[in-house]
Amino acid sequence: MAGIPHDHYEPRTGIEKWLHKRLPIVALAYDTLMIPTPKNLNWMWIWGIVLAFCLGLQIVTGIVLVMHYTPHVDLAFASVEHIMRDVNGGHMLRYLHANGASLFFFAVYLHIFRGLYYGSYKAPREVTWVVGMIIYLLMMATAFMGYVLPWGQMSFWGATVITGLFGAIPGIGPIIQEWLLGGPAVDNATLNRFFSLHYLLPFVIAALVAVHIWAFHTTGNNNPTGVEVRRGSKEEAQKDTLPFWPYFVIKDLFALSLVLLIFFAVVGFMPNFLGHPDNYIEANALATPAHIVPEWYFLPFYAILRAFVDGVWVVEIAKFVSFGIIDAKFFGVLAMFGAIAVMAIVPWLDTSSVRSGRYRPMFKWWFALLCIDFVVLMWVGAMPAEEPYATIALIASAYWFAYFLVILPLLGVIEKPLPQPATIEEDFKAHYPDAAE
Amino acid sequence: MFRKIAIASVAALTLSMGAAQAAGPGGHVEDVPFSFEGPFGTFDQFQLQRGLQVYTEVCAACHGLKFVPIRTLADPGGPELPADQVRAYAASLDAVVSPDGTERPREWTDKFPARSGEGMGPDLSLMAKARAGFHGPYGTGINQLTKGIGGPEYIYSILTGYSGEEVVEAGTTFYENHTFPGGKIAMGPPLSEGQVEFADGHEASLENMAEDVSAFLMWTAEPHMMARKQSGFIAVTFLALLTVLLYLTNKKLWARAKGKSFEA
Repeated sequence: MAGIPHDHYEPRTGIEKWLHKRLPIVALAYDTLMIPTPKNLNWMWIWGIVLAFCLGLQIVTGIVLVMHYTPHVDLAFASVEHIMRDVNGGHMLRYLHANGASLFFFAVYLHIFRGLYYGSYKAPREVTWVVGMIIYLLMMATAFMGYVLPWGQMSFWGATVITGLFGAIPGIGPIIQEWLLGGPAVDNATLNRFFSLHYLLPFVIAALVAVHIWAFHTTGNNNPTGVEVRRGSKEEAQKDTLPFWPYFVIKDLFALSLVLLIFFAVVGFMPNFLGHPDNYIEANALATPAHIVPEWYFLPFYAILRAFVDGVWVVEIAKFVSFGIIDAKFFGVLAMFGAIAVMAIVPWLDTSSVRSGRYRPMFKWWFALLCIDFVVLMWVGAMPAEEPYATIALIASAYWFAYFLVILPLLGVIEKPLPQPATIEEDFKAHYPDAAE
Repeated sequence: MFRKIAIASVAALTLSMGAAQAAGPGGHVEDVPFSFEGPFGTFDQFQLQRGLQVYTEVCAACHGLKFVPIRTLADPGGPELPADQVRAYAASLDAVVSPDGTERPREWTDKFPARSGEGMGPDLSLMAKARAGFHGPYGTGINQLTKGIGGPEYIYSILTGYSGEEVVEAGTTFYENHTFPGGKIAMGPPLSEGQVEFADGHEASLENMAEDVSAFLMWTAEPHMMARKQSGFIAVTFLALLTVLLYLTNKKLWARAKGKSFEA
């Protein structure tokens, strides 16, 4: 697919020409920064910059924290306290890093749901979407391993529960679990490998972010109408777009500044709001906490994991047809990973030819229900595994799968979409009648 | 229809979150108005000093503070004792035993002694952050912004929550307590009226001593709280200014594209 026509970098002076012939790095920066961007992007298109900032924040604070942290079961907890008490600004660094993870997930969920509503996953942006989903998976792995490092009670028991999931795989499960842990139980070997991977994965994420940006710079941004930018000529494209610099850079920076205002208020005034008090108790293999609760950003998928227990008819059917190989525990694990997998393959599940939810009268309601469903799952994930939460979790999990596997494929067939604007310019002019040509 | 579902689920959410907190006997946490609550809250240096005294004379017999360096008693934003007093205080504590068994006097660069073994209680360095007393409203915990997480309130409530009843179970004596989960605790009532004598003439009532030592333990758990809030203020102030400037820049930048005249 040809990119959106626009002006490209022309080396003018001698030195520019010299460098351009050898390494067109200025051209790369120019074309990336000056990329034509749909001028009707709304405020839900700002989360990308927030996410980029989060990645940078986590890497910078993380690297400094590593300078003072000791990855050893006898010393890790004390070294975190050393950071909190003795390292200059250490308490701020650590609170920024811990709360930075929460901001990262807060932004990624809004970013993902933006994509789901405006059909950003649809052709030709499937690769952007799938790469994004891989980034999200790596984020979860990184966050999970990072949470183990302070070696508090929730660190230890969270690691025990989550690695136990892999143990539920029939046959090879226990071997995989032992391989992940580096031994029969969560111990020093586990802490060390998690530390190593927690340091490595953010750089893998950074590389994938570059691929993610490359992909959507190739296809061009989606926009709230879902209508593509006209590409017939540069003049035509210019009616639908504005260059990223300065228009969207300034807009994004304004949004980022506002988000950071709230973020720093949380870090400064209630830094333990999103943490669990039990993680201020050093890990103890002999004392299990009353409720093992993951961090808030894992709760929806944790709820799906726990929803499928013995007696639920799909679980019983799975047990029957697999001759008991798929038990309730393994079914839960499959459901949890499946919940992310169905999201990742949504480009091929959504049959509607209309991209934006704005012009899909039925879709809108099902999507709203999906958002509520996500919040409900998050809530039941934090509740003990008992009634009525178990039933609510089951219903909410069922809707999650139904949305992707049944509703989206059917809606494309039965729904009658509303008329879409012919061009982005038309949509923009509807909002701003005085807009210049 | 979907609107109804939305309203119903939000209502169900908020209602049951509130209900989820109440579990079993115990769990009553008194809301004490500490000086360090809220974004503007600061430690009361003299309260921390009194709390240190209660800890030293009462709690230290069974509870350690193994993560707290003694020298931090002189740091700004804490009890701020004079350096010579802190050195003398360090020397009065248990000697430091080296791995080879030799002993030396405790220096102020050492940490508070740890306590472990039969009959000893948990370390108190982080206790005020390891217990949450407040979860409201509706289980969201947002009231922590103005009240803190309720750790010091939890400690205060344990110390003042004894009913005076004793229960013997499997040869162990437990003491009835309105705050401790399960309603009974192995620690006997540690504080009694007039147990310590405060140098500043502060009345050594049970409530006063409990409040002071709870405040002190909040400081041991979060010694840089005041510095953190200050950083928070600086960050929020500058970001607020930056946000306004970027808002105006953005407005002006887009005015021409949107065909609007810029007024600001």
